[in-house]
Amino acid sequence: MSLELLLFLILALIAIASALGMLLSRHAVYAALFLVLNFATVAVFYLLLNAPFIAMAQITVYAGAIMVLFLFVIMLLGTEVLPPSPVLPWQRPLAFLLALGLLAESVYLLFFRQRLTLSLPATIDPFSGPKAIGQALFTGYLLPFEITSILLLVAMVGAILLTRKER
Amino acid sequence: MIPLAWYIALSAVLFTIGALGVLVRRNPLVIFMSIELMLNSANLAFIAFSHAFGALSGQVFVFFVMAVAAAEVAVGLALIVAIFRTKHTINVDEMNSLKG
Amino acid sequence: MHFSEAMPAGFFSLAPWIVFFPLLGLLVNLIFGKRLPERAIGWIASLASGAAFVVSILLALSLREHAEGTRVLLAEWIHIGNLRLDWAFRVDTLSVTMMLVVSGVGTLIHIYAIGYMHEDVRFKGDPGRYRRFFVFFNLFIVAMMILVGGDSYLMLFVGWEGVGLCSFLLIGFWYDMDTLGRPSWANSNAAKKAFVTNRIGDFGFLMAAFLMFWSFGSLNFDEVFAQAPLLAQAMPGLVIAITLFMLLGVSGKSAQIPLYIWLPDAMAGPTPVSALIHAATMVTAGVYLIARSAPLYVTVPAAQYIVALLGATTALFAATIAVGQYDIKKVLAYSTISQLGFMVAAVGMGAFVAGMFHLVTHAFFKALLFLSAGSVILGLERGHHHLAHATHHGKEHDPHAHAEVFDPGDMRNMGGLRKRMPVTFWLYLIGTLALAGIFPFAGFWSKDEILADAFREGYQAVYWLLTIAAFFTAFYMGRQIWLVFFGEARHEAAAHAQESPWIMTAPLMVLAALSVLGGALNLPGLHSLTSWLEHTLEMVHPGEFIFPVAALSTVLALLALGLSWWVYGRRPLVAGQVDPLKQALGPLFIALENKWYVDEGYWAVFVNRYIALARWLAEKVEWAFWHEWFHDTVLVRGFNFLSQKVLHLRLDRQVVDAFFDGLATLTGRIARRLSPLQNGFVRSYALMVLSGVVLILGYLLLKG
Repeated sequence: MSLELLLFLILALIAIASALGMLLSRHAVYAALFLVLNFATVAVFYLLLNAPFIAMAQITVYAGAIMVLFLFVIMLLGTEVLPPSPVLPWQRPLAFLLALGLLAESVYLLFFRQRLTLSLPATIDPFSGPKAIGQALFTGYLLPFEITSILLLVAMVGAILLTRKER
Repeated sequence: MIPLAWYIALSAVLFTIGALGVLVRRNPLVIFMSIELMLNSANLAFIAFSHAFGALSGQVFVFFVMAVAAAEVAVGLALIVAIFRTKHTINVDEMNSLKG
Repeated sequence: MHFSEAMPAGFFSLAPWIVFFPLLGLLVNLIFGKRLPERAIGWIASLASGAAFVVSILLALSLREHAEGTRVLLAEWIHIGNLRLDWAFRVDTLSVTMMLVVSGVGTLIHIYAIGYMHEDVRFKGDPGRYRRFFVFFNLFIVAMMILVGGDSYLMLFVGWEGVGLCSFLLIGFWYDMDTLGRPSWANSNAAKKAFVTNRIGDFGFLMAAFLMFWSFGSLNFDEVFAQAPLLAQAMPGLVIAITLFMLLGVSGKSAQIPLYIWLPDAMAGPTPVSALIHAATMVTAGVYLIARSAPLYVTVPAAQYIVALLGATTALFAATIAVGQYDIKKVLAYSTISQLGFMVAAVGMGAFVAGMFHLVTHAFFKALLFLSAGSVILGLERGHHHLAHATHHGKEHDPHAHAEVFDPGDMRNMGGLRKRMPVTFWLYLIGTLALAGIFPFAGFWSKDEILADAFREGYQAVYWLLTIAAFFTAFYMGRQIWLVFFGEARHEAAAHAQESPWIMTAPLMVLAALSVLGGALNLPGLHSLTSWLEHTLEMVHPGEFIFPVAALSTVLALLALGLSWWVYGRRPLVAGQVDPLKQALGPLFIALENKWYVDEGYWAVFVNRYIALARWLAEKVEWAFWHEWFHDTVLVRGFNFLSQKVLHLRLDRQVVDAFFDGLATLTGRIARRLSPLQNGFVRSYALMVLSGVVLILGYLLLKG
């Protein structure tokens, strides 16, 4: 077992564990913190997959900006824990069953049907550095990039409108 | 050397956990977090394939997904705040009428 | 010179324009007439007819150079096997003579009608029909030109039916009133009578045409005539059958016994119609047909004799009826029948030139008489109108004040018009003298030629019948003159009658001149018409002037005029007085007055039987059997059984309805089962999405 593989397995374990932690923790703040951990592990995966720019973006945007926003709203609303709900009692077991089914189907598809034999080295080369991404964004993907800026602007305006106090 | 299939499997597991979170949690904030987790699992698959096939467009796509996720979170959280302000709760099980 | 040789041949090719010009006028008035003023409509129609006349003159000029004539092909029509029928015009001396008469007299009557219809449509109260009149009139010229210009019996038949249609349309021109303008169907009934009677004649024509095609294999004049002598030798009965069937057609169109009855009723049409169609042109089509078929008739003398005798009998018979009529146009109508009898008798005897000669002169003076009669009638209408206007003046207007029916055509309402309408009087007198056969008017020469031919050819019966008819002719015309123009006015309207405008009298003057000079066409010794027609009718020979015959007919005519003076002129009729002849003749005159009860006889023998048969068919066969039994009982009951018992109860209720009811119930049940799914909880919706994902993915995996 190579070092790379070992690293992958440990990281995967942490990612799954943190995801489950988010799923199972009753306290919303804990869930958010577990998710931050999960995002951080995923960022390491990005680094292993030769995507340093995306890894940095993951840390700053997700773990930094978005999750902080989440925590802020949770604490603002004071809804960390919700009382148990009487409705839809059959929802939970059925959801677990379906999730298992989905997982089984994915595993079957991946390891028994598709046979993806490719293996990936964990290297960092200049191929996908920020420079390359920047060039791709400002040449081939210029129009979607600009539209993204408009999308963000609209989201900002929308958020302000929605949370404004009505007079 | 890590097999590509393992990355995809990991992505599938994370996605399933995220989906499960959407289904079983009643706190809309946690549901949102689960959605973020699902988006992340998809991003992971993108990056893995991008690396496997040496194509930069996977990374560009992830970049856009992040931008959309940021916008979504901003609007979604604003919605939750607005709903809380009128209903004084954010339990999704108490919001089953289509009218405001 | 090359030029003079080229030109006549060039004129021949103009032949189709005798049809196209009137057609053009018709179309212009039909399409643009609504926006044109009355005068323009009338002049366009007159010009169209006049252009046809000019073409006819050009054709006649060309014929002087190339007397043998020609055939102008316009278009192929029917080519089946050996049958070859074309739209082709036959330009020869006979057809061009007819063209000249039709378009020449036709044009004059068109011009007259400009003035006449202007007033007529106003007296009758519907000026909108002015345009319609001229469209019909031009259509008539078109059809008549096809009739006389056609190269085959079939094309002739097209024109034959066309003029019949125009006759029908124009007799029924005031279809919603009677001759006095009262609301009634009398005029349309007259039109129907003319049409139906002509159908009987057309049956004869068609039979003749079918027999001709059967025996000759062709309907072209030249081909038929070429084979006629051979067939007459081999099967004379067949040729007699053809000619006699054709005679039935002639008796329909040219108003001979037994089918003449429609012509007096045809006077319901406006007077220019009576003049053009029912005196000058259309009714002579039968005479033209026999003249055209001369090569056929000369092969069977028996048929010729029948034709001549029929014509002579008609001439006398109609002349007697004319004596007992009061209506100015009815007298002229019977006179026309009588004169047509003269022509038919002439062409029957083989005196084709005499027949055609009389046809031409008769067209002149009978058109003149009819149009003058129209002028008289309008004069009375004007007087009546003037009177009604004057009496109403100052008083409050009451439309029913003059509800008294005034008949402007009744000679008993006239009298003394000589002073009120001097121009019309002189014109009428010229026409009368021409018709009576007084030297040197046109009628004298043409009638005398017929009589002389009959005398010389040994047709004794025909000669005497015609001579007596000539006597009656002079008598009833004299009676008309005395009744209409002399004595004192017997009605206020006659006392206030007004002369017609120049547009009506000018054409009359032309016709009067022709009536005076028309005899010059075929003066004894000159025989210009004979030598003209000789090119077409090879069997003609110049008639000779037989002095005793001429002297006898002239003396008889003068005697008849004198007699009419003695009866009607010596002591003029006063208002309300019974006809003096009625006092003298008693029941005989009543029989004349009632046209020898021929119409009544036809009703008793044919029409009532026919109506009874029709009623039987309608009531018993159609209603009782077909409608009540077959339709109501068999069909309706069967259909009810099928629809109610079988289709409704079994198929519709138990199969179709059951299926769709079940479908509806099923849908409702499923919906009720599924409606809890739509519970409004977001999480359960998300669950459904995920289950969809799992299921579809599973399906794809299982499918491979």
